[in-house]
Amino acid sequence: MPDIVTAEEVRKEFGGLVAVADVDFTIPEGSIVSLIGPNGAGKTTFFNMLTGVYKPTAGRFLLRDEDVTGKPPHAITERGVGRTFQNIRLFQTMTALENVLVGMHTQLKGGIVPSIIGTPRVRREEKDAAAHARELLEFAGLRGVEDEYARNLSYGDQRRLEVARALAIEPQLLLLDEPTAGMNPQETREFTDFVSKLRSEQHLTVLLIEHDMRVVMGISDRVTVLDYGEKIAEGSPEEVQKDSRVIEAYLGSGATTQA
Amino acid sequence: MARFSVLPRRHRGLLADQVARLQRRVLGEDPGPIARKTFDRALSAVFLAVLGLVILAPVFGLDASAFTAWLVFTVVYVPPWEVIPMVGRFIRPACALALVIAYPFYFDNMFTIPIFGAFPDVATGVYMLVFIMMAIGLNMVVGYAGLLDLGYVAFYAIGAYTAAWFASVQFATHNIHFGAVGVGPTVPGFHISIWLLLALAGILTAFVGVVIGLPTLRLRGDYLAIVTLGFGEILPQIARNGDRLFGTGFNLTNGPNGITPIDSPGFGNTLHDITGGILPASYQAAINSDNLFYWTAVVLVLFTIFCSVRLRDSRLGRAWIAIREDEVAAAAMGVPLMRTKTWAYAAGAFFGGIAGAYYASFKGSTFPGDFFFNISVFILCMVILGGMGNVWGVMVGAAFLSYLDREGLANTGAWLNTHLGMSIDVPLYEFGIFGVILVVVMLFRPEGLIPSARRKAEFEEGVHDEPLYDVSH
Repeated sequence: MPDIVTAEEVRKEFGGLVAVADVDFTIPEGSIVSLIGPNGAGKTTFFNMLTGVYKPTAGRFLLRDEDVTGKPPHAITERGVGRTFQNIRLFQTMTALENVLVGMHTQLKGGIVPSIIGTPRVRREEKDAAAHARELLEFAGLRGVEDEYARNLSYGDQRRLEVARALAIEPQLLLLDEPTAGMNPQETREFTDFVSKLRSEQHLTVLLIEHDMRVVMGISDRVTVLDYGEKIAEGSPEEVQKDSRVIEAYLGSGATTQA
Repeated sequence: MARFSVLPRRHRGLLADQVARLQRRVLGEDPGPIARKTFDRALSAVFLAVLGLVILAPVFGLDASAFTAWLVFTVVYVPPWEVIPMVGRFIRPACALALVIAYPFYFDNMFTIPIFGAFPDVATGVYMLVFIMMAIGLNMVVGYAGLLDLGYVAFYAIGAYTAAWFASVQFATHNIHFGAVGVGPTVPGFHISIWLLLALAGILTAFVGVVIGLPTLRLRGDYLAIVTLGFGEILPQIARNGDRLFGTGFNLTNGPNGITPIDSPGFGNTLHDITGGILPASYQAAINSDNLFYWTAVVLVLFTIFCSVRLRDSRLGRAWIAIREDEVAAAAMGVPLMRTKTWAYAAGAFFGGIAGAYYASFKGSTFPGDFFFNISVFILCMVILGGMGNVWGVMVGAAFLSYLDREGLANTGAWLNTHLGMSIDVPLYEFGIFGVILVVVMLFRPEGLIPSARRKAEFEEGVHDEPLYDVSH
């Protein structure tokens, strides 16, 4: 399997703080890879660098074989990278449908003048887009809420809408930042199945940041562990679970000696 | 019930209860939505009639035209026109438009509005329409894309000076005529048809909007506001000092003396004769000059509304609102921030430019003093007062404030002075009064007079939230 993402010695410093320290990282196409680590380990910073929100202090990112380091977020999105956010960032006063339509921004063509005139092409495009957006909402498990403002949706539905919106950009790579945070076990199970379905039906590659170990160990092909910005372990879920440095990072140094 | 939302919250429920009880008695237990709406509207009409008869008429003396106005309002507003298939939903807007277009024919014979005095005359109408146009333009920048622009007057100025340069004797060393009306062929200077200049002013201003936007739109929030503020200060200064540009002696703007006269729009003698006098040869020379300017302004405003609404519902409009809501998320969805914001700037500037050019041609002059900072704030107030993001709200805000500026404050002041035996020059305190209006609106209706559904949703959050401190008494 070719790698869809390659990170080479990526580093991010905020002033004196090293948030991510020279991390090498690859995501094979079609896999589900998880990024785990204690709070403040640099997982979200890594995400933000990959999606262009932050510029790495050093190192580079390759998408397929193209260097995308330091490119603006929209340029990276155009290359097929969709994401959700740790703390839900929906467009609060837009309806669920409109949120998904914004996600389709890069695929729609409607320019300023044709939009004003309302050319048949733009009208058809808008109609098709709305139909596709409804499909996506349904696919993500949202029914009958398309005209509801995002802010009025329940927490679980907001999470689902974020995924639907990210899917609207027709990504090849989907980045999920703690998607099950705040979900109950039932919802978490449903969501895990949903992510597996995404991979099998839509052939998506998924990079997941997650704290819930049942989720991580259940669906990941590979797990990478960050601690204080450094990669301390990498491998299959089983391997990582046994790794002494991982246990130490999560439970403290006493845990390994007692075990 | 939306109708009572002007009332303080604790009185709303009481009144709504009364209305609901009355409605049940008249319509029965389960009326359809149309019956309920019609009932609501009829109640409003009755309420207005009672208000007029019991309070206003005895005190201010309303004449027959007030009754006619009420009748027209009732006939247009109350019946459930929307149930008529196809044409139903266009009936009310069409009637409103007809009333606006016919305004020059009846405003003279209307009753005196209590306190505010006579209906505004047609020249004031032109002024109001020009500001409505600018407010809709600014609304695209501030209301849709959420970019605070404190220098919008600059676009107005560029539009006005475009008209002035290319339709006056300002550059007397040249003698280029193209489609201008009402000026002899030997008159020196550029004389281009105003119709072309309106388009040119729009495009040129949009271009300037892009040029200014590219370096500044990287900034966010307050920083952007400060830069636009500076820009809005620079341009009038250039206009004021542009009579010896950069010490070269080149007279660009004629300095504080302004540029005057500016040519008038018109259709020329040929078209005038062909159409049997329907299309006027030159607006300025016509007997009903103000009316012509008024109707043309109505057309321009309709064009602006059309573009604004279409843009709002387009891919670009969605991207603007997404940026206003959350820049980071918008970028992550593939919205190019710079380009999209620059488009907002350009679109807003476009209409500001057209409005400036048109108004300059209407006045026949342009002076640096027309473009100071207070105009930027004035237009921004219209947008905020009316309801950011909503075209109709913004129009109401613009119409109201520009009317106050032109006639309303003077009339109100005169009324106050005669009845209270004072001699205060009320228009002198204009901006103080606007400030008070704005503060009052922000306190009681922070989303504006006619907010967009989105803005309403934004402010309604407060209803469900428990306040940290009880500040309601």
